[in-house]
Amino acid sequence: MLLFIFLPIISVVTQSLHIEHEQVFVEVENCDFFGCKKSTMVDVEATAAIKAEKPLGRFVGLENYFNRSHFASSELAQAWRTTDSFGEFYDQVYNLPLYRAIIFTLVYTFTVTPLLIILGFIIAIAVNSLHQRLKGLVIFFSLLPMIVTPLIGSLILFWMIDSRGIIGSFLQQFFNDPDLSLKASTPLMWITLMVYGVWHSAPFAFVIFYAGLQTLPQDTLESAMIDGASRWERIRYVVIPHIAPLVTFVALIQLMDNFRVLEPIVGFNASAHATSLSSNILNDLGGESQLFASAATTSVITILGVVVLLSPVLYRTWRDWDRKV
Amino acid sequence: MTSSVVENKSFSLRFISTLFIAFWLMIAAFPFFWTFWGSFKVELDFFSKENWTNAITGVRTLSTHGEAFTGAGYEGAWVQEEFWKAVINTALVCLFVVCTSLTIGTLGAYALSRSGFRYAFWLLIIALIFRAMPPITLVAGYLLPFFEWGLWGKLSTTIVVLVAINQPFTLWMLHSFFQKIPKELDESAMVDGCTNFQAFRYVILPVMWPGVITTGLFSFLLAYNDFVVTALLLSKENQTMVPKIAGFLGTTQTEGNVMFAVAAVVSATFPLFVLVMFFQRQIVSGLTAGAVKG
Amino acid sequence: MNKVLRASLIAAGLMTSSVAAHAACGIEGGRVNIIGNEFPAIQTIGAGAVACAGDGVEITANLTKEHKELQVPGLSGDVAEYTVAIVANSSIVPLMSNGLIRPLDDLIAKHGGNFGDNQKITIGGKTMAIGFMANAQHLVYRKDILADAGIEPPTTYEEVLAASKMLKEKGAMKYPFGAAYAAGWGIAQEFNNMFIGMGGEFFKDSTPMPNVNNEKGIATLEMMKAMTTQMNPDFLTLNNNEINAEWKAGNVAMMQMWGSRAGPLLAGEETAPGVAENTVLAGPLTAGGGSIPATTLWWDGFTIATNISDEDAEASYLAMINAIDPSIMNDEVATQAVWMIEGYEPTPASAGVFATINAGAQPYPMIPYNTHLHSALGEELPDFFSGNESAEKTLADVEAAYMVKAREAGVAGL
Repeated sequence: MLLFIFLPIISVVTQSLHIEHEQVFVEVENCDFFGCKKSTMVDVEATAAIKAEKPLGRFVGLENYFNRSHFASSELAQAWRTTDSFGEFYDQVYNLPLYRAIIFTLVYTFTVTPLLIILGFIIAIAVNSLHQRLKGLVIFFSLLPMIVTPLIGSLILFWMIDSRGIIGSFLQQFFNDPDLSLKASTPLMWITLMVYGVWHSAPFAFVIFYAGLQTLPQDTLESAMIDGASRWERIRYVVIPHIAPLVTFVALIQLMDNFRVLEPIVGFNASAHATSLSSNILNDLGGESQLFASAATTSVITILGVVVLLSPVLYRTWRDWDRKV
Repeated sequence: MTSSVVENKSFSLRFISTLFIAFWLMIAAFPFFWTFWGSFKVELDFFSKENWTNAITGVRTLSTHGEAFTGAGYEGAWVQEEFWKAVINTALVCLFVVCTSLTIGTLGAYALSRSGFRYAFWLLIIALIFRAMPPITLVAGYLLPFFEWGLWGKLSTTIVVLVAINQPFTLWMLHSFFQKIPKELDESAMVDGCTNFQAFRYVILPVMWPGVITTGLFSFLLAYNDFVVTALLLSKENQTMVPKIAGFLGTTQTEGNVMFAVAAVVSATFPLFVLVMFFQRQIVSGLTAGAVKG
Repeated sequence: MNKVLRASLIAAGLMTSSVAAHAACGIEGGRVNIIGNEFPAIQTIGAGAVACAGDGVEITANLTKEHKELQVPGLSGDVAEYTVAIVANSSIVPLMSNGLIRPLDDLIAKHGGNFGDNQKITIGGKTMAIGFMANAQHLVYRKDILADAGIEPPTTYEEVLAASKMLKEKGAMKYPFGAAYAAGWGIAQEFNNMFIGMGGEFFKDSTPMPNVNNEKGIATLEMMKAMTTQMNPDFLTLNNNEINAEWKAGNVAMMQMWGSRAGPLLAGEETAPGVAENTVLAGPLTAGGGSIPATTLWWDGFTIATNISDEDAEASYLAMINAIDPSIMNDEVATQAVWMIEGYEPTPASAGVFATINAGAQPYPMIPYNTHLHSALGEELPDFFSGNESAEKTLADVEAAYMVKAREAGVAGL
């Protein structure tokens, strides 16, 4: 267990502090079906000799954290010096890959998480008031968005929101705009991604809240009614305090999951309009140019981000723990 | 019953809440009905690049297969591409992931919840940090050692990795459940002459059962839906359903078989239907018993 | 879907004749394990190699979309998991750079093989791979639609643009042109094509310094931007699969498409009426008055791992030689790819790729640091096409992003 938990964290941190050794290049002639051409190649033996000495690579300290792919300190400083208005500065910042990803990730996390909690809560209240026989079926269908593989769920929706797909066509009719396309504009794509996020995760909140409602203390509720509390007051002063711990749990898990948003961006081919920390990592690791150090750096930043996000919850847990001890 | 109190509503409120439920059900379930319906069409109809109504009428399906519905996608996925192998692999992975993570999870969470030491808290926090790490980073790091030790491509390796990735969540969730169970319960059992383990086995576990079921379901979903780990750590013959489906979609330079993928998606969702139907009561009662707490 | 059916039938056919094949392979013992991409032509090759399995000879193949991520770790280690990697001219580079594949000259001298000298891919005088198929992106057009509008088949991007505008004006089509401009690998590849067509060189005189932020780069982006006005406005999210679907639905009159995808387009299964019979595979386009085709040539071939025993290497070589033997060629296999194997009779589906080769197109660059430029282009170009930035700014961003990636990857002098 510890092996699987500690080692990866340590190795990721180590990796983020190193870059690859300098490769030694040689000029050679390459021939294929299409003819011969002079080209540059890596001199394998010479490079391997350097590598054998220090297998981890070149130690560069925090360089990876402050290069253009990440915190971009020098680009940031320059943007600050050369821009006059805040709008211009923002444009420059948004142009840098890490900040662009962080901005989307934060907007996504802080829009989707509250919305899904609210939606999940409303569904739970509404389902709870349904007739007993209907409940089973409704719960079952409500869970569908959560239990289907995100990669595939988002793919299905990608087909449906195409400007000629069923949802896309419906929206065009609805807004009376035949050129409306969710995939062509950045704001609409952001909204689409967030709607998907809420749709996908609301069932999680729903299931947990619904379970919480089952243990609602009857006597408190009844005495509240006798006291003449309105429906809203009962929800406000009895139901919500009762399920408050559940809200914390859902918020904890969902903040963490939404902060790592990846599947909808991949499924919707949305990287032109929105990137997240996780999609940046996927970019670094995919294909032929595998940049492990850059991916490790972004991962460490992601972990730090999650710790900061969750610090209020963690503080509370710590306090509880302390009391217990 | 709670419902007797909460249900005591005015007609208009009840009407609004029913309407809301109907609306929500439509949003939640419609894409799946649409996919299910579309899985019996040809690609050109389901994609509807001409006109979305083709997906309903099935014009191209009619002209290709002579009928408005075709099982060609299913036949292709199951018979030609041997999707059933992936189903078996998924079943194995899910079974072992759920069993292993629940065993470790219940024992671990029980120990943590009964230990007052500070390190227990830090262990939980570190587990949480581990969960915060994007899985793709982990997997990329695992690749080289796994190849070197000859562990790559095996179902067992993937199961261990999935258990490790899933464990923090399992630990946190079960830990919250155990905290709800009063210490007096195991103390009284011990007074009755039970050993520590017996107390756990005969007294605590039965009380915990619904919580364990719920946690197990979440572990199951993780193993069932995982793409990153299974796509990179499993060899072709051991592939599970999700990477197999992704494989149907084709590459940059070659055409895939999208309708195989659609049929496979529907097939892959079906067991989940059965599962949720079966465990629905347990999920809800499980969460109730634990009243999960952050 | 018949395509896949065919592939599996061939595989089955090869399996049944494996006894005969085994004798013919001449492998005495050893282990063969193949990694490669997943599509019908490579599946045929994989099945051909697996057919050599027999007493003491264990042959397995792992053909998967994730091959690029798996090949380097899979061929590393003291004893590599994979003995054979089926690669293209882009994916051979990381294997070469890490010294993971061995020269094949000894094996060729010892065992020979039924392949032409032109199939040998040599790097610095050593044969590192043996190629078996070629691929390229080229123009595909609808002859009925162009003829109706009285348009001659275009040969340059400028002509495509003019033809497309005409079709749009006549109301024949809303978005007459299609190309895979999806953010990421796809749009970067289209930039590469156009940039080569404009006569650009990616790097400054064989140094690793990038050379795209110049008037050629700007001309490339402007041409691409002009093309996007003729494309579906969702172009930044449309990859080859989607463009192909548009074509099959009859929504596009001209498109830039991979030769390897041409077979199903001509076969016309599940296609809107009148599309398949009017689909013409043309050659590559040129741009900006240049004579170099605005596209790249690709090959696929096999390589053998360094870190394996000589016995395994021999077994691997023999199995692969058997898999690319001219005797595999039949009517079904011939449609799967543009084979570079003797005895292959070009099929109609190969017309576009051959036209591209004959037009003197350049191969996709096999330079170690090119992959970083490709990925930098894929990340930074969308900003220009969504109208957020000027061409100069975007190209400056591309170069800046490249410099960071290349430095991290150990490209010297950065």
